[in-house]
Amino acid sequence: MAGARSLSDSQLVARCRDGDAEAWNEVVERFSRYVYAITQRGFQLSGADAEDVFQEVFARTYERLGDLRDDAALRPWLAQTTRRLSIDSLRRGGREQATESLPEPVDDAWIARLDEALSVHQAMDELPDQCQDVLDRFFCRDESYRVIGADLEIPAGTIASRISRCLARMREMLGKETGAEPVR
Amino acid sequence: MHMHDEETIARLLRDLPRPPEAWIRAAQELPAARVALDDLVERALADAELRRTVLADIQAALRQEGVEPDRRSAAALRARLSDL
Repeated sequence: MAGARSLSDSQLVARCRDGDAEAWNEVVERFSRYVYAITQRGFQLSGADAEDVFQEVFARTYERLGDLRDDAALRPWLAQTTRRLSIDSLRRGGREQATESLPEPVDDAWIARLDEALSVHQAMDELPDQCQDVLDRFFCRDESYRVIGADLEIPAGTIASRISRCLARMREMLGKETGAEPVR
Repeated sequence: MHMHDEETIARLLRDLPRPPEAWIRAAQELPAARVALDDLVERALADAELRRTVLADIQAALRQEGVEPDRRSAAALRARLSDL
């Protein structure tokens, strides 16, 4: 998968159109967290409804790759499709009234923050494997120091310092990528 | 992208939990599942007995084609065969 992981979104789309299964796997891998976050955190769909929307989003994506006007626009297309299907799901579930009375959680600003989160996540791929692993376990899977320590066979007491080092490394790396001045 | 401190990076990482592995796997298998379903529907179109067998036990038919028989794929197959 290392080959497909290094491709840009538009390169992936082009390869998917040619029937490249590895490229499609990478599309799902790259955007699965993003779609999931919109359904679950944004629209707070139940497990089964979120799963239906998640699968439908990727099914439509696969079907309509050929219709994308701009291959680089895959991410906004996914965001829009996930929002639309999530709203449809809420309406089907008879929660239309409820959604109308709720403040719209998935506005453009919310999506922009999610875009930023995805970019940070993708940047994490540049870190050494052990950093990726510990950051993913702690922040994304919500695993405890004890569980991480047991799985990675390192003392639980050293996990916090490892996380801290990895975050600092990531911060440094993101700073180099953007050329921005560090926030102190 | 903005420059972030460690706390912001941590918060942004938390914003994107990983979905269940089964969801990811099912989405990755969509293209292969689609080919298998298209093939089965085509055969069922030409064979009424096969169509009856598939409709009698959709789950088993999907398994036989190498497709994970989840709610979605079963409903899709049933809908397509019912249209025949």
